[in-house]
Amino acid sequence: MIDVQHVTKRYGSMTALDDISFSINEGEIVAFLGPNGAGKTTTMRILTGFMPPTLGTVRIAGFDCLETPWEVKKHIGYLPETPPLYLELTVNEYLLFVGRIKRIHPEQLPERMDTIIAQTGLADVRGRVIGHLSRGYRQRVGLAQALLHNPPVLILDEPTTGLDPNQIIEIRDLIKNLAGSHTIILSTHMLAEATAICQRVIIIHQGRIVAVDTPEQLGAKLRESETLSMTVKQSDPQLLEALHHIPGVIRVSQGATPQTYVLETQMGRDIREELTKLVVARNVGLLELKTQPLTLEDVFKVLTQTDKPGGPSISTPGVNHQL
Amino acid sequence: MTPVQTIVAKELRSFFVSPVVYVIAAIFLAMVGLLAYWALANASNQALRLMQIQNTYAQLNLNDMLFRPLFRSMNLILMIILPLLTMRLFAEERKLRTFELLLTSPIGVNEIVSGKFMSVLLVYAGLLSLTGLIPITLSAYATFDWRPIYLGYLALLLQGSLMLAIGLFASALTENQIIAAFLSFGFILGLWMLGALGTVVGDTAIGQVLSYLSFTEHYERLIRGLLNLKDILYYLSGMAFMWFAAHQAVDAYRWK
Repeated sequence: MIDVQHVTKRYGSMTALDDISFSINEGEIVAFLGPNGAGKTTTMRILTGFMPPTLGTVRIAGFDCLETPWEVKKHIGYLPETPPLYLELTVNEYLLFVGRIKRIHPEQLPERMDTIIAQTGLADVRGRVIGHLSRGYRQRVGLAQALLHNPPVLILDEPTTGLDPNQIIEIRDLIKNLAGSHTIILSTHMLAEATAICQRVIIIHQGRIVAVDTPEQLGAKLRESETLSMTVKQSDPQLLEALHHIPGVIRVSQGATPQTYVLETQMGRDIREELTKLVVARNVGLLELKTQPLTLEDVFKVLTQTDKPGGPSISTPGVNHQL
Repeated sequence: MTPVQTIVAKELRSFFVSPVVYVIAAIFLAMVGLLAYWALANASNQALRLMQIQNTYAQLNLNDMLFRPLFRSMNLILMIILPLLTMRLFAEERKLRTFELLLTSPIGVNEIVSGKFMSVLLVYAGLLSLTGLIPITLSAYATFDWRPIYLGYLALLLQGSLMLAIGLFASALTENQIIAAFLSFGFILGLWMLGALGTVVGDTAIGQVLSYLSFTEHYERLIRGLLNLKDILYYLSGMAFMWFAAHQAVDAYRWK
């Protein structure tokens, strides 16, 4: 459905995207994951035909973004980072305007509007001026705008930023419900969001694709290099030495208190079982054992490290990731 | 509804929910009304004096004494007021990121530019037609030649349209409305000064080109009641050029 080949985008001397290639099948939900400034918005703008790439080709539903922009525009719904709203219009007027410029047949438009308004939960506010709506409602109007002409491809740029937790869940559910009938690309800088909604995650960092994988496999690969933090009741001088001898442990260091230990473990080893056995045997009183949650920074550290020659192979950039 | 009509309808809606248009209209109409009143008072004073000196009933020529000076002053008012009308056209779309919606929809840049231009033209034409009350009211009390008045209104319409087209282009250059207003004011002022420069340079080739490029002589001929195809063509080509420049500016926004 979406096919991106060797796309490079330069702004003057700055390279925003560096030889990106990927393809997405019909009905898939894919997340673009990366920190701010990684090139997510640039990629999305290129996909929508808003911006031409410096090099490379983009095809959406078989249509080239540069050669047949008209067809591409008909096939996509786009929610930019800032929802594109006319604040002086009411929700109804706004959707009517969008429907017309998206060239929805005038006879079908009222029905389409009713469907979308119900789907996005805007029925209560359809007569209100957009400028008076809350952030959450505005985001929904933005989403309604992208969905109105029932496009097969949806491109959503950070659809949940700035929303409160309840609104985030609502929007995520809405997106999940659209899966199957729509091909969806969304960008996010939250790892949890990507793994919660998407079937596949494309991790992008400094304009390059660092990894493409399913959330499960990505999670498994990432878990291999997690760090563990352990707190015991009594400090034991020999414990530190003993911990070193557990197979798979790379490094042990003292945490914030003498009773806390931080263990870095080898790739592919889950040492939690052996660790608890050891601690129980020494009878120091295990109070807490936790794996340290991964932040996006850790993910990038891990992924960029494994890119080095000799490291375990996670997908390397520059290769056409077709999964 | 065609895409252009859709844009026009949306723009008109946006114009009339914002207080800016009403403020502009009020200032414009108040100034024009005041200037007309002064010109009329001045004209009747002179007529009175003529009557005292010559002891005859002098025929007051309203075309010379009222309308032509009024049309000249209106031109100046338009130079200040029309940039305020056009400043939001594209600048606001850029600021609010709604440009991304327009440019990712199956609608052409030419349709967007045309729609915006037509909407602001309609607002201006409406404003201008309200000043038509002045000659209509006066016609009940005096007789004057209507032809220069029709041509004067044609001149105002063409002159205003050119200024609006300049403002349209200026608005496409920036996302700041204030800068857009000053840019179009600057362009219009520059074009006006070209005429003055042309007069200074005199009757040389350069002088003639400069005078032709400025709107002053074209406008002056029209309000004197002279209909010349050359002058009409000047305005139409100027508008077409500015339309094209705005089109390019909108297109260029995507390449940045």
